[in-house]
Amino acid sequence: MSETLIGKRIPKMDAPDKASGKTRYIQDLEVPGALHAKILRSTQVHARIVSIDTRAAKALPGVHAVITAADVPWQRPIGVGKDHLPLKTDRVRSLRDEVAAVAADSEAIAQAALKLIRVEYAPLPVIATTQQALAPDAPLIHPEPHGADSSAHLKVAGSPVAFTGKPDNVAMTFDYAQGDIAQGEAEADVVIEDVFRLHYVTHCCMGVSGVIAEFDPNGNLLLYSNTQVPFLHKREFAELLGIDPARIRIIQPPIGGGFGSKLDIYPFEPIAIFLAKITRRPVKLVFTREEEFLASPTRQPVLLKLRSGCRKDGTLTFRAVETVHDNGAYTSWGATTPFVMMQTISSLYRVPHCKYHTMAVYTNNPYAGSFRGYGNLQATFAVEAHMDKLAEAVGMDGLAFRLKNAQDPGEITPQGMHFKSCGFKQCLTTAAGRSDFLRKQAENRARWSDPAPVKRGIGVASMLHVGGGAKIYPSDGCGTILKLDDFAHVTLMTGASEIGQGSETVLAQLVCEELGLPLSAVTVVNNDTDITPWDVGVHASRTTFIAGNSAIGAARKAKKKILDAAAAKSGKRAEELGLSGGFVTSASGERLFELGKFLRSLHFSDKADLVMTTFYYEPPSRHQDKQFKGDVSAAYAWATQVCEIEVDTQTGIVRLLKVTGAHDVGRVLNRLGIEGQIEGGIVMGQGYAITEELRVENGVVRNPNFRDYKLVTAPEIPEMDVSFIETMDGEGPQGAKGVGEAPAICIAAAVANAIHNATGVRITALPFTPENVYRALHGASEPPVWNAA
Amino acid sequence: MPAKCDIAFSLNGVKRELTVPAGMSALEMLRDRLGLTGTKYGCGEGECGACTILVDGSTVNSCLMFAADCDGRELVTIEGVAVSAAGERLRDAFVANGAVQCGFCTPGLMVQASHLIERHPGADEATIRRGIEGNLCRCTGYRKIIDAVAAAAKEKSHE
Repeated sequence: MSETLIGKRIPKMDAPDKASGKTRYIQDLEVPGALHAKILRSTQVHARIVSIDTRAAKALPGVHAVITAADVPWQRPIGVGKDHLPLKTDRVRSLRDEVAAVAADSEAIAQAALKLIRVEYAPLPVIATTQQALAPDAPLIHPEPHGADSSAHLKVAGSPVAFTGKPDNVAMTFDYAQGDIAQGEAEADVVIEDVFRLHYVTHCCMGVSGVIAEFDPNGNLLLYSNTQVPFLHKREFAELLGIDPARIRIIQPPIGGGFGSKLDIYPFEPIAIFLAKITRRPVKLVFTREEEFLASPTRQPVLLKLRSGCRKDGTLTFRAVETVHDNGAYTSWGATTPFVMMQTISSLYRVPHCKYHTMAVYTNNPYAGSFRGYGNLQATFAVEAHMDKLAEAVGMDGLAFRLKNAQDPGEITPQGMHFKSCGFKQCLTTAAGRSDFLRKQAENRARWSDPAPVKRGIGVASMLHVGGGAKIYPSDGCGTILKLDDFAHVTLMTGASEIGQGSETVLAQLVCEELGLPLSAVTVVNNDTDITPWDVGVHASRTTFIAGNSAIGAARKAKKKILDAAAAKSGKRAEELGLSGGFVTSASGERLFELGKFLRSLHFSDKADLVMTTFYYEPPSRHQDKQFKGDVSAAYAWATQVCEIEVDTQTGIVRLLKVTGAHDVGRVLNRLGIEGQIEGGIVMGQGYAITEELRVENGVVRNPNFRDYKLVTAPEIPEMDVSFIETMDGEGPQGAKGVGEAPAICIAAAVANAIHNATGVRITALPFTPENVYRALHGASEPPVWNAA
Repeated sequence: MPAKCDIAFSLNGVKRELTVPAGMSALEMLRDRLGLTGTKYGCGEGECGACTILVDGSTVNSCLMFAADCDGRELVTIEGVAVSAAGERLRDAFVANGAVQCGFCTPGLMVQASHLIERHPGADEATIRRGIEGNLCRCTGYRKIIDAVAAAAKEKSHE
């Protein structure tokens, strides 16, 4: 037997190129003859467009096209909510709004041309908060169908109507209920209620957004794109252009960070396509960092009211939640994050009676997209604060209280989620044990009255997240093509996109494990929709699980074919044979055939078909109904994180010293890769908790740069102690479950609990910047209040 | 017409002569004029370190340096670092320690780390953390980058 690859530290296959500067990202691609595009964005937060004069820009030497909505009367609404046009017609609704675009010989000329475009605006009242948006007399953000407004000078008769308009500023609502809240409240001995306020952050991918669009003479579109969902976007681009989706090819160059930011179609992509269509030239459009801050998606601010109760013995009886989400001006995936939040609210702990009402509300702020964790950071922040408070109210320690209410394997929750593998309790006990949680918590508390200004705190939080794909679409499938050539070289063509998370390596590893080959025997092709099989995209921590199962399926087909042929040639039974170390081996480990030579003989003598194809679809389960009852994933991931902090009560500075995490990941496939996901997630969670905030005032982003938007840097990272709970999920590839989002989810919640442990003060608003913490500790801040209409 | 400058400098050990616009950054010169795309644009404001290069042996954010100021200097980019013996060791350490995910910040970190190790062979954890604090990474949480640099620094100190 060759040694297993599972659980080993396997270096990322594309790392040598990346570390040598050889990897060509979208910013690095030069398409011969390409023009460079720039977008003119609104200078107003909310205004009518009175007129646009592009004459001077068009006259600038080197300018090939200047377009406004009037030049593309056939443009169609885009995004999850289909509530905006790539180029705005009659009005702008946020500062980032796209008003015009230029294609020129160089970026510098395009930039110069933007300055020559004259736009006259008639300002409208700015809706800066959800509270303003919900006021009875609030101006409407989407009052009339876009593009069909009678006053719009850009109106073109017969152009598609973007959106039918809204009678109020509510973009989306979700309602979920299980049991009977009144009964749950009546059964409770302790009832508490708090309001939490979560802030704006943004992805800050190190590679800024970009796209290259090119039409061939037959009208086929080639798009170099950083999208995380190439196959679903093909259809959307086709609808937008009124062409057959089969005529669109998407190539994904290596992507400089995703984290959920590339799950929707954003205006810059259609705009580049329009310019390519109009100029009949390839068009490249790349953001500046400032644009990236202004015009890429956000994790949205949420106001959350949580009411929960439990019995004296610590049994939770009910949880009632209301949330208001600042949706921004348009509807992208951010509006649907309640779908994930409700899973945490209903099913992280056993709660018999549960109610959840939420609204995503239009404002004139930057619009919200999907971001690693997808609403779960916000929900967990509130739920885990109450787990601490309820425990304290009934005189239990936080660990015992959580263990009493934690889910067990086999449980089907009232919402319908089925926890086939579940290591939640081991996560809790492992993280608490390794961090010496209870002892430190008691010690820190005993020091509340100490005069020393620097306090220590320890806090715990846990999370539940999809770990076996997510049934967001009718299917959650992924295909694989696997070809074997002579010399035992394997090409794995997978629908799964690589965004830096290491999917190409883990997929190759799973294939090699079946075929007994070294990783160097595999080439992974994963970035071209004309070659790779269909997949629903890289999101929801699904790739290892779904694409991994698909890759294993193809490898097993190949293995069967090889072993059947070897059985025929050797006179042994196929079941006695194996593949190991590049050989076909017998049951006793004897090397019967060298695989490379054997495959060559199959090609030359046996005329064998050595191309395998498979599709993996999630196993059938109860799909969620309209009341959100049902199972959304084939498996669920669990984690507990304990955060140890130091807080300087004189300055409000919070330092994250140590994170002790225990993750139920099913099984560790690539130890190096999974550690990287978890460490990166922890530090992203640290940024969310302590340093990052996109400051939006009256619709204006005040800190669109890395000087004022503070990412965590190397000196600030905590010590990280990560344990893996291997529950060997029955459906997972080699037992594994998804992990990509999990590590970012609990950090803010655990830090909040740690601040309370250090100081006795519970802060219910993020982020824990020095100013916010100082004010809270000195009674100088207003705790969030429920002001939704 | 914008002013232009004639400059002569050494780039990864090769003498170059170029005429550049006065307003052009060294980053633009490297990427757009010379086709060396290993040096990345991350922010254009000297805040992220993705465009780090060596100028006369010191690390510089090339987005903040005028191309014209490269005159008479010795520039080394990731392309030069990557093919040096020390650079190859560092690259191997980055790969083996899992210091690379999306990889966009990696060339800048490679250049910064190579400089750090040159100046501080056998650098300890705190020195490494301080030494790379000007380089932002959104994927890895820095832990494995620090480990990689430490491994390479240790190797260097044993030379």
